[in-house]
Amino acid sequence: MELFRLTVAEARKLLDKREISATELINSVYRRIDAVEDRVRAFITLTKGQAAGMARNAGTKIKSAGPSSPMLGVPFAVKDNMCTKGILTTCASKILFNFTPPYESTVTSRLNDEGYVLVGKTNMDEFAMGSSTENSGFHVTRNPWDLKRIPGGSSGGSAAAVAADECIAALGSDTGGSIRQPAALCGVVGMKPTYGRVSRYGLVAFASSLDQIGPITKDVRDSALLLNSIAGHDPLDSTSAPVSAPDFTAALGRDIKGLRIGIPGEYFIEGIDPEVARAVRDAIRKLESLGAVPVEVSLPHTGYAVATYYVLATSEASSNLARYDGVKYGFRAEGKDLMEMYMKTRSQGFGAEVKRRIMLGTYALSSGYYEAYYRKALQVRTLIKKDFEEAFKSVDVIVTPTSPSAAFKAGEKADDPLQMYLSDIFTISVNLAGVPALSVPCGFTPDNLPVGLQFIGKHFDEESVLQLAYAYEQATDWHKRDPDL
Amino acid sequence: MKYEPVIGLEVHAQMLTETKIFCGCSTKFGSEPNTQTCPVCIGMPGVLPVLNKKALEFAVRTGLATGCTISLYSRFARKNYFYPDLPKGYQISQYELPICEHGRISIIVDGTVREIGITRIHMEEDAGKNIHEDRGNFSFIDLNRAGVPLMEIVSEPDLRSPREAVEYMKKLRAVLRYLGVCDGNMEEGSLRCDANVSVRPSGQKEFGVKVEIKNINSFRFVEKALDYEIRRQIKVLGDGGKIIQETRLWDSGMGVTESMRGKEEAHDYRYFPEPDLVPMVVDKKWTDEIRASLPELPDVKQARFVSGYGLPEFDADLLVSEKAMADWFEAAVKAGGKPNSVSNWMKGELVRLLNEENKSFDDCPLAPEQLAGMLKLIDNGTISGKIAKTVFDEIYKTGKEAEVVVKEKGLVQISDSDEIEKAVDDVIAKSPGEFERFKAGEEKLAGFFVGQVMKLTKGKANPRIVNELLKKKLSS
Repeated sequence: MELFRLTVAEARKLLDKREISATELINSVYRRIDAVEDRVRAFITLTKGQAAGMARNAGTKIKSAGPSSPMLGVPFAVKDNMCTKGILTTCASKILFNFTPPYESTVTSRLNDEGYVLVGKTNMDEFAMGSSTENSGFHVTRNPWDLKRIPGGSSGGSAAAVAADECIAALGSDTGGSIRQPAALCGVVGMKPTYGRVSRYGLVAFASSLDQIGPITKDVRDSALLLNSIAGHDPLDSTSAPVSAPDFTAALGRDIKGLRIGIPGEYFIEGIDPEVARAVRDAIRKLESLGAVPVEVSLPHTGYAVATYYVLATSEASSNLARYDGVKYGFRAEGKDLMEMYMKTRSQGFGAEVKRRIMLGTYALSSGYYEAYYRKALQVRTLIKKDFEEAFKSVDVIVTPTSPSAAFKAGEKADDPLQMYLSDIFTISVNLAGVPALSVPCGFTPDNLPVGLQFIGKHFDEESVLQLAYAYEQATDWHKRDPDL
Repeated sequence: MKYEPVIGLEVHAQMLTETKIFCGCSTKFGSEPNTQTCPVCIGMPGVLPVLNKKALEFAVRTGLATGCTISLYSRFARKNYFYPDLPKGYQISQYELPICEHGRISIIVDGTVREIGITRIHMEEDAGKNIHEDRGNFSFIDLNRAGVPLMEIVSEPDLRSPREAVEYMKKLRAVLRYLGVCDGNMEEGSLRCDANVSVRPSGQKEFGVKVEIKNINSFRFVEKALDYEIRRQIKVLGDGGKIIQETRLWDSGMGVTESMRGKEEAHDYRYFPEPDLVPMVVDKKWTDEIRASLPELPDVKQARFVSGYGLPEFDADLLVSEKAMADWFEAAVKAGGKPNSVSNWMKGELVRLLNEENKSFDDCPLAPEQLAGMLKLIDNGTISGKIAKTVFDEIYKTGKEAEVVVKEKGLVQISDSDEIEKAVDDVIAKSPGEFERFKAGEEKLAGFFVGQVMKLTKGKANPRIVNELLKKKLSS
């Protein structure tokens, strides 16, 4: 077996038994990258030089006595909106084309402490705004299952890199589905933890109250392992929850017999691709056969989620992106005076979708509109949160499709932002409510495109989500398929 | 028509915390540009603010000291605007749910006590500073100040004259300094003031159209700027014009307020709750602890000085205006000085000498014990009040005890009647004409003879004895 195909758990075993070295592992990953990256284009920056050094260090640590950290010597891809000290961090935006942070994000800092190996920084929709990675300011990433199609987004680079075995695992960020939707479209496992579970320090903000970092992995066990490494309170992030994280792998393998799974009617609507609906229904039957008890639930405010999201997320974004003004770092256009410098810098530095959202958000926060848009959206957000609280009174986990369709063709929705926004219709509510959710492969369309199944849990109950997803994964073979590259 | 001004002040006070409000950078004033910065206060991508608890404590202290209600649930908001010295493109401030509300400060103007309402006190971060030096077409930015914690203290429109505004500022400054939350230095910008001012016909209830005046950075300018603006508004109305709601800048050089061009359109700051900071939940127990730790405040101290030391109101007001001054006073009294004498020497000679050297009671070279020691020498007749002025200058300059100075300089008062009589006789002998007129009843010449005797004895003659002897000579 080629080493690049390994999961984190498998790599750990082989590394610790010294059957392979960290250097052999990263070399194998880079051989894979050499073979497929010009077609997939998952990365913005490859850090081959640093990776070699990190692997050597990991090798030394593995040889020394004592137990290895879980991620020691494991090659990771990191979405390019997480700051890596001394390594270009662009957010796939021209406005940060030359930005090298002098600080490290908390998540990569924790992985660094464990001795991970950074393969590179992955492509994304600019500032994480998009669902196809077509909004990257640099290039389009392709879906490894069909290179004519998009990998989803905004963490499309990370999902594609995992699917194409260009890394062992990856980090993504999820504001409205940006981990789960590309994971579903690329046939891998993607988890958005509970808001506050993972530190956002060093994650370039899109919408602060919704953003959350999470793992994109080849299987559910790896998701739990990676979450173990990155979860937990961070004094540098006031919104990170002061709760200690459990060992998430402990939930794996627990019997799911009797677990109540909620099926929300609002998520099985017209417009959903019939192949996706079929795969998800099959998956629910499979869960039932494993002992889970399906229960119909209602999330009555689901229909308002997309609108609510696009008011709140754009409002926060309009403010979060104000710092890119050409004054301190990043791209600056020359202007005859300050105002012209500002205008040219931001006009030329931001892409169309980012500008569209800045304008939307600026409008929603404007005096005279604030009450009608921003405050109203906050109220609806509370209702959506309550929907989940109500539903979770009768079920343990909610099961839905991750995305209404499988991967679409590049360019297909690029000119229709509304159509594009609807690809997050099943994932957005989760961010508004702040609850955890995970997407796991649950089948393929006749075109051989992966379909994702979403498990949604209660606040800080990633364990039940992992438990069910793992049980489902173990009973199926979908995750074992590889794209033909 | 007679008009009445209506004034409200917005005071920005830099808090005396060691570190900035949302990061660990130092708040020290006057360092090399951009040496007290980090990714957080420079507004780099992905960094997050973490509240300095000391800043919250200082705001709560100030709120408690001014009778505010402390909000047990409070939050930060973003105030959005573009400016090069504002690195994030927004200022973290408070909007809805400020930390303190509904307080008051009392001031005395012309013997009348006035309660001035405080609408709110909120926390926010300071911006950096643009530097426009002559270096081609470039401006520079110093972000050392960016993120320094500020309190914005907003008064009700309760002030009715520029003098009241000045008294309010002085009282507020004193309170802040007593609390140790702000050094009150207006020159260095640690205390800044914007004023909202309008005028209305006397007796009218409704407020007139208000104008905001910015850039008032000294007590003197508070009064001058308001005076000017009130006169301007009255003139506009008197000429049949209308006041436009606008922001005007105080130009201290020209002594006028001027409309800020380019700011005609009201800013839309697009305030919204700061999502990077969780709401502050202040615990009642904590505020109680802070309340218990508050120092005695100027008003209470003033009353105590009047009732406990028998000082006149005016003297007590002056002494409590600075905590260091009040402390100095009490230390001198404790060392044996009589309260009234201590007070008189402090507000006279001591304040004069301190002013000459641009010093304050914080760095007063004279120890309270030195003054008390000197007062003892006056009381027991060792030195005269006149000599005491010389002694005072000397102990201030040298740090020596009065007793030592008196000895070294031979300033002990001459109370020996024989010695003084000799001097009196000498003077009479030198001025026989004056003495005849004196004897003939020209009483004002007494002063002349006392003066001459003092001159002859280098001021050391006990004036009481000099007078007695002169009287004796007159009747002999």
